Amino acid sequence: MKDIADLLRHHPFAEGLDEETLALIAGCAKNVVLQPGDYLHREGAAADSFYLVRHGAVALETFVPGRGAFTFLTVKSGEILGADWLIPPYRSSFDARVVELTRAISFDGKCLRGKCEADPRVGYEMMKRFIPPLVKRLQSARMQALGMYDAANA
Amino acid sequence: MPPTLKACTPPPYPMAPSMTPVTRFIRESAEVFTFDLAPERATPFTPGQFNMLYAFGVGEIPISISGAADAPDQLTHTIRAVGPVSAALGRLKAGDQVGLRGPFGVGWPVEEAKGFDVLLIGGGIGLAPLRPAIYWLLRHRAAYGRVGVLYGARTPDDLIFVSELQEWRKTPDFQLRVAVERAGPEWTGDVGYVTPLLSKLRYDPADAIAMICGPEVMIRATALALEDAGIADSRIFVSMERNMKCAIGHCGHCQFGPLFICKDGPVHRYDRVRDLLAYREL
Repeated sequence: MKDIADLLRHHPFAEGLDEETLALIAGCAKNVVLQPGDYLHREGAAADSFYLVRHGAVALETFVPGRGAFTFLTVKSGEILGADWLIPPYRSSFDARVVELTRAISFDGKCLRGKCEADPRVGYEMMKRFIPPLVKRLQSARMQALGMYDAANA
Repeated sequence: MPPTLKACTPPPYPMAPSMTPVTRFIRESAEVFTFDLAPERATPFTPGQFNMLYAFGVGEIPISISGAADAPDQLTHTIRAVGPVSAALGRLKAGDQVGLRGPFGVGWPVEEAKGFDVLLIGGGIGLAPLRPAIYWLLRHRAAYGRVGVLYGARTPDDLIFVSELQEWRKTPDFQLRVAVERAGPEWTGDVGYVTPLLSKLRYDPADAIAMICGPEVMIRATALALEDAGIADSRIFVSMERNMKCAIGHCGHCQFGPLFICKDGPVHRYDRVRDLLAYREL
């Protein structure tokens, strides 16, 4: 049976991470299995975790009164879910609903923040892994906000 | 050696439209429709080429052919109603007539892509000009490496060719990912911008050719993402759009730097237009 460090080692997030750091952050992690319809977090709730999705899909949603829930991003295998644990006041910005059976590595955000504070090298490694996907998502969100398909013709 | 583009010769009297009946009309979504035309003579075309369609009494616009290139007795066009001419075309029904000129321009490099992995990325109505290339690849599947299609749309209700998307999803050895920008909880597919889905396709960047059609903002972002993934800019092909009038390079309406979109395109090799795309005045 694989331990959490083994699972972590096979996720793209851990690519290039040295064994010492990997073992250190694995101490804040656990393996989770999530069923369709489960919520990882709700908008406004404490953001005390983040997830590395191993297999499956999770929809990030916001609820619009009178219109229902809208999904604006799906997070899938190999991707990171959750950044609010990094930023005070550590509050979830959106709902995260499991769309299909999902296996993920769940991190205790407070535990990991503590290790980053104690060892800036670990913090820098985490920053290198979080910033690129977050910047890409920001760029994608800007493209989505442009509504560019509205103006296209053939 | 990078692939080259081949132009098809337009028929004689290219400025004279021929009266052509609509034989079938399909509503794809609230704004998008498809109709088949029965031209008076067989009209061979290359995937990616376009025709000029004339709505009598309203005007004429360029529309890419969205049907199969191996059925020259039927010309299919998929159109989004965004202006007076396209809206007038959208009010046609089977038995009505349009003015038809074409086919014109340079299409997708489907012959040159033989032996390569092929990626096709369409945004919005941009899937329509890619569909003839998809048909071509499926029909000649053994001649190509891995094939992947990415398609982005606003919402699930804006998707076009929905039944074919379902068929393609089940087709062996054919990768399809569809992303919408926003969706309700009933949608279980991808939500987000289409370009990040490139990382979900299997292909060898050293032996891949990419074809992109969609809004120019998307074309630029996608071409850069493909380059970042290792695909040479000479193997990226983009379909461009500008106002056209004559469609044969005489009037200059669609001039794009030293190029005419109608005659030198609409499909261009990206390395030949990438610098021009940076000029906002063009």
